[in-house]
Amino acid sequence: MTRESQSYNRLWSIVMTIISVLYMYPIFMVLINSLKQESAISTGTAFELPTEETFAGLANYENAISTQGFLSSLFFTTFITVTSVIAILLFCSMFAWYITRVNTKVTRALYLLCAFSMVVPFQMVMFTLSSMADSLNLNTPWVLWIIYLGFGAGLAVFMFCGFMRSVPIDIEEASMIDGCNPLQTYFHIVVPLLRPTMVSVAILEAMWIWNDYLLPTLILDINKYRTISMLIQFFRGSYGRVEMGPMMACIMLAILPIIIIYLIGQKYIIKGVVAGAVKG
Amino acid sequence: MEKAIKKYWPIFLLPTLFAFLIGFIIPFIQGVYLSFCQFTTVRDAAFIGLSNFKRAIGDTTFSHAFWYNCAFVIVSTIAINLGGLAVALVVTRSIKGRNAFRTVFFMPNLIGGIVLGYIWQILLNCVLTILERPLLALDATAGFWGLVILMCWQQIGYMMIIYIAGLQSIPDSLVEASEIDGASHWQTFIKVKLPMLMPSITICLFLTITNSFKLFDQNMALTAGQPAHQSELLAYNIYYTFYGRSGPQWRGIGQAKAVIFCLIVVAISLIQLRATRRKEVQQ
Repeated sequence: MTRESQSYNRLWSIVMTIISVLYMYPIFMVLINSLKQESAISTGTAFELPTEETFAGLANYENAISTQGFLSSLFFTTFITVTSVIAILLFCSMFAWYITRVNTKVTRALYLLCAFSMVVPFQMVMFTLSSMADSLNLNTPWVLWIIYLGFGAGLAVFMFCGFMRSVPIDIEEASMIDGCNPLQTYFHIVVPLLRPTMVSVAILEAMWIWNDYLLPTLILDINKYRTISMLIQFFRGSYGRVEMGPMMACIMLAILPIIIIYLIGQKYIIKGVVAGAVKG
Repeated sequence: MEKAIKKYWPIFLLPTLFAFLIGFIIPFIQGVYLSFCQFTTVRDAAFIGLSNFKRAIGDTTFSHAFWYNCAFVIVSTIAINLGGLAVALVVTRSIKGRNAFRTVFFMPNLIGGIVLGYIWQILLNCVLTILERPLLALDATAGFWGLVILMCWQQIGYMMIIYIAGLQSIPDSLVEASEIDGASHWQTFIKVKLPMLMPSITICLFLTITNSFKLFDQNMALTAGQPAHQSELLAYNIYYTFYGRSGPQWRGIGQAKAVIFCLIVVAISLIQLRATRRKEVQQ
């Protein structure tokens, strides 16, 4: 490498460090405000660090957890995300394997229907879907995964089919000749092959379901069950006066698990995003 | 083998098919039907023909939302893609800390739209107060640029990842050959790298276009359409027509708006499909 490009690289390093720090500033701003007392938080002073008088310690966090119901929101969000992702991975991969290996008019139509459902915006079905969920008693977090399986099936089936087409059929045929029935073939042969795609699908679906706001709001009873997104919207919406301190703490608590999971599984998340972009 | 699998169709197909029916197919068909009806619940629908569509198109907030949305799509698509590509070019150089930079730029993508919207509402309101200008909820121009900045902050990292994957798939030999032939950095970029990046650019353009068209959470959390419906995007306008207005006619009109919205998004996706197909043939 030439000396000139080396000094260029050093310059870029410095520039990017400054931009990165600025990039993280919004999150830092929430952090400093979550440590201030209620009376010290106002629109004009959001950038100021807490002083000795206005420092509130972890009081806002205690408030968010004990009286604002953050823990139950965290539980519902986690429960809905985990059950939905498991259901999507299991049922959609079975569905996708069937429609790629059995080639009839029906399976081709099903594939096109799945691709179509990826494109349709949620506003198109939001009213009819929520009344459907009410009439079938699917309006609790315990069974919300059925709705997510239905509405999230498009992307998952599309990605699984895309991968399945590149897998030669020979291994599966061999296992069938050796006496496995289709279910055994599926679980012993196909699932292990699908594992990398499953990780990608799981990440994309989890990112969507964890942060989803409109679907749970329309379907769940907000007085009984609140996901994290619903809780933060509820803070702003229904009170006359917004309690800024606990809200900042809630935002911070909502971001923290995501950042931790991201730092641990960064490699897989980025792989999932690239796979999803190429297929989608 | 096909025959053997076929016998097992109830196990493989039914669970997803059942959920797909109640989660998508039936609500979709009902939704299309209801756009021709006056209704307040699904059961009391009365067929009234095309009048919902006439009223939807005649609704000035809807046409305003459409043009506002188009402007937003154009500005944010250009800004996000230029930003994403620029960052990708820098962090693929062999500079110190490039992995840390990638981590930082991608992070906002994982935060939900509602949370993002409130973070930026607080931040932008503070900036506006310091500049002694009206707050976001009172200033439509500030609301527009605020939403663009927010979307850049969220999406640049995502596009960066896709552009990095594209840049890394360019064979080194091509770049080296052009440098040996005496091309400058800029010439290499325009004449060699950019054409090789076309597939990534197509993907990113359409991702940002559809994302910006369908945007809802961020719009709702940042400005909620204030002041006076001036900062409403299409999705939020439809939501407000359904749940924010009283009067028996509005739900039908909202559903008609949703059908129009759906047609626009499907049309964009079909254009995308053709664009990517054509690229595949060329390669």
